[in-house]
Amino acid sequence: MIAFLAKRIGIGAITLIVASIVVFAVLEILPGDPALLMLGMNATPEALAAMREQMGLNEPVPVRYLGWIAGLLAGDFGRSFTYSSPVIDLILERVVVSLPLALIALTLSTAIAIPVGIFSAARRGRAGDTVSMGVAQLGVAVPNFWFALLLVYVFAVWLRLLPAGGFPGWGAGVWPGLKALILPAVALALPQAAILARVTRSAMLEVLGEDYIRTARAKGMPRRYVLWRHALRNAMIPVLTIMGLQFSFLLAGTIIIENVFYLPGLGRLVFQAITQRDLIVVEGVVMLLVASVVVVNLIVDILYAVVDPRLRIRA
Amino acid sequence: MSLLEIEKLTVSIGRTPILKGVDLSIEEGEVLGLVGESGSGKSMTALTVMRLLPHAMRAAGRVTFDGIDILAAPEAAMNRLRGDDIGMVFQEPMTALNPVKTIGEQVAEGIRWHTGASRAEAEETARKILDRVGLPAQKFPLSRFPHELSGGQRQRVVIAIACALKPKLLIADEPTTALDVVLQAQILDLLRDLVDERRMGLLLISHDLAVVADMADRITVMRHGEVMETGETGRTLTEQAHPYTRQLARASTHVPARAGPPAPETGKTPLLEVASVVKDYAGRRASLFARPAPFRAVDDVSFALGEGQSVALVGRSGCGKSTLARMILALDRPTGGAIRLDGIEVNALAEAALKPSRRKMQVVFQDPYGSFDPRHKVERLVAEPLHLMEKQPSAAERRDMVAAALAEVGLAPKDMDKYPHEFSGGQRQRISIARAIITRPKLVVADEPVSALDVSIRAQILDLFADLNGRLGVAYLFITHDLTVARAITDQVMVMHDGRIVERGRTAEVLDNPQSDAAKALVEAAPDLSRALARRLAGRE
Repeated sequence: MIAFLAKRIGIGAITLIVASIVVFAVLEILPGDPALLMLGMNATPEALAAMREQMGLNEPVPVRYLGWIAGLLAGDFGRSFTYSSPVIDLILERVVVSLPLALIALTLSTAIAIPVGIFSAARRGRAGDTVSMGVAQLGVAVPNFWFALLLVYVFAVWLRLLPAGGFPGWGAGVWPGLKALILPAVALALPQAAILARVTRSAMLEVLGEDYIRTARAKGMPRRYVLWRHALRNAMIPVLTIMGLQFSFLLAGTIIIENVFYLPGLGRLVFQAITQRDLIVVEGVVMLLVASVVVVNLIVDILYAVVDPRLRIRA
Repeated sequence: MSLLEIEKLTVSIGRTPILKGVDLSIEEGEVLGLVGESGSGKSMTALTVMRLLPHAMRAAGRVTFDGIDILAAPEAAMNRLRGDDIGMVFQEPMTALNPVKTIGEQVAEGIRWHTGASRAEAEETARKILDRVGLPAQKFPLSRFPHELSGGQRQRVVIAIACALKPKLLIADEPTTALDVVLQAQILDLLRDLVDERRMGLLLISHDLAVVADMADRITVMRHGEVMETGETGRTLTEQAHPYTRQLARASTHVPARAGPPAPETGKTPLLEVASVVKDYAGRRASLFARPAPFRAVDDVSFALGEGQSVALVGRSGCGKSTLARMILALDRPTGGAIRLDGIEVNALAEAALKPSRRKMQVVFQDPYGSFDPRHKVERLVAEPLHLMEKQPSAAERRDMVAAALAEVGLAPKDMDKYPHEFSGGQRQRISIARAIITRPKLVVADEPVSALDVSIRAQILDLFADLNGRLGVAYLFITHDLTVARAITDQVMVMHDGRIVERGRTAEVLDNPQSDAAKALVEAAPDLSRALARRLAGRE
């Protein structure tokens, strides 16, 4: 188990290093001079040169790369040109919105999808299965911003239960903050739940056809027991894979939903940074996302091994 | 009243009948052998007794177990019966256990469910039954997972699950078909002991008459969902009053007519020469720092095979015979030694230079289902090896060659436009033989080519092998654990054990008078219809 973990962590570290080189190289190749962007089109050549010197743009590339990495490790992500504040502060400000949002959405989608998938698989071909998979099909097909608008209309405009958008900040208390995240989380969770339910169903169906399910039934175990105690754990591998991918998406792929609800999340931050060529911010957010994907994959790998003893030896 | 009584049982999917009025009964302490070929309805009969038929199937008639009307019993009552009064053992031990649960959990689970015992009590009972089936605590603690066990050991776990609560009836559906003969003999012994110890009824389903002749007090023969004959085993199988019983008995002891082996040509280079071949695999790492000791799968094997010769390589599962075959087919490289085909050292060649040699050797696998791409037509499947030809045939030539190969194996040329699923198991094996001979190879390596087939089909395929050997002069290397196959179709036999060839000689001599322990164990364990019947008749007098 220790060898397994060491190997997984090693792979994660290599992924991070490669990703950092790619991120750095891409931004290096992109046209546009950060110093020029910062000072504006009317900057004098002297001011530009001074700015370059100050930003370290005249150093050779490997030196700048290593400097950047050393900064990252020390928590120094550089300064944003457009916000004129440290990138790390900008990111942290957004993470406290995006991370809870992603966690709530993932929890919701899992809580909906897994029971629905199991229910459908257990009633394969019957009315319950057809209806829930029909709904799931709809959930996959309909874009999440449409759900979002619908939710705003029903819960904010009509019932007036929840805010239609904006984020008061956690300083105003936990409940107002959570209230602001409920609708966006639901809008994000529904399409994800639809996908996850379909994956759960097909994984369960495959497992239910296995010989060991028949063995368990021949032991006298009731159908429901076999479903939850024998089939579910074996069906978890593909479900965990999809959940890992979904979490990574939820962390930063939520730009549309953030816009619909006026949420100051990571998605909007990176979008604005890209449009304004605030490359230091882009670099920082991308590296953070890469790190989170690596961590999530590590967790998923560990969960694989927890679920399936056969994966524990072949690290 | 009998322990189990089945009367006029019919099972159908929609309007297609699967079972048509099956009658069958088992007494306490009795072993009933249920024999028949695949598709005869043996397994469906068993699953009806368990009420575990596949979803769409409907059963009618009467099934009474211990006074309970099985077909009318509510599901909760069936859950109480299953695993308590009726246990069941399945054919495929590799997949019969849940891979994510320990063997202890899987045995104890049923005990807890039926008796309401505490976890500790259930584990104690599980420990006892695992000891009883030959899985002692030091080597097989309850915390073992199925993947840490071999096939034979897993089948013991399945038997332990089925017998943990001393069932009145045990249903064993081909319990030893996936195991080698030595393991088969051990598992059959275990089942027999359990029957004697507990006066348990045993419904033993098998396609192998020799196994049934050895085990069963009475026998029921099924075909196409109907019972052909029922009676006391010794009498039924010796008198063979029913024509189908006779046909089965003949097919299972069938020996193809063959011309004598070709005279050994001295001085000529042999077709295949295996010289001191060794194959090591990386062993399992015991610690993070120590280099793992390699596992030697094939250990210094040497032999030669002449043109047109038919040689059997027999041994228990895991003895290294398939590894050796893979190296001969140049699918795997030996760690040491040399393999020469027609004097050319194939293990030293790069893949591109291998082409001419590959043309000279082809392979037939055990499972004709698994070795075909289901989306390809037969023409494409059979023509596959043609890419090895020096000159690529035109489309028309290709069709001609496929048609000729199909005709060679007794199929019609028009079959080339069909898909594999349109053929029966025996026909599929014919297709894989057609694929093997299309390049006119000098050597065909056949890895358990008939062990997945029914006895009558198997007899036909053996005839086909014999015929091709006589007509085309193909040399065979048969890899098998089944001595009847070796006896039927080969001139020479080599017995492999722990990676080494421990005995070799003329087939009849080795099998009638084995010298090495490994060969003796194989011969002793191999089920033999005439021996079993002789024993049975002697016992009756």
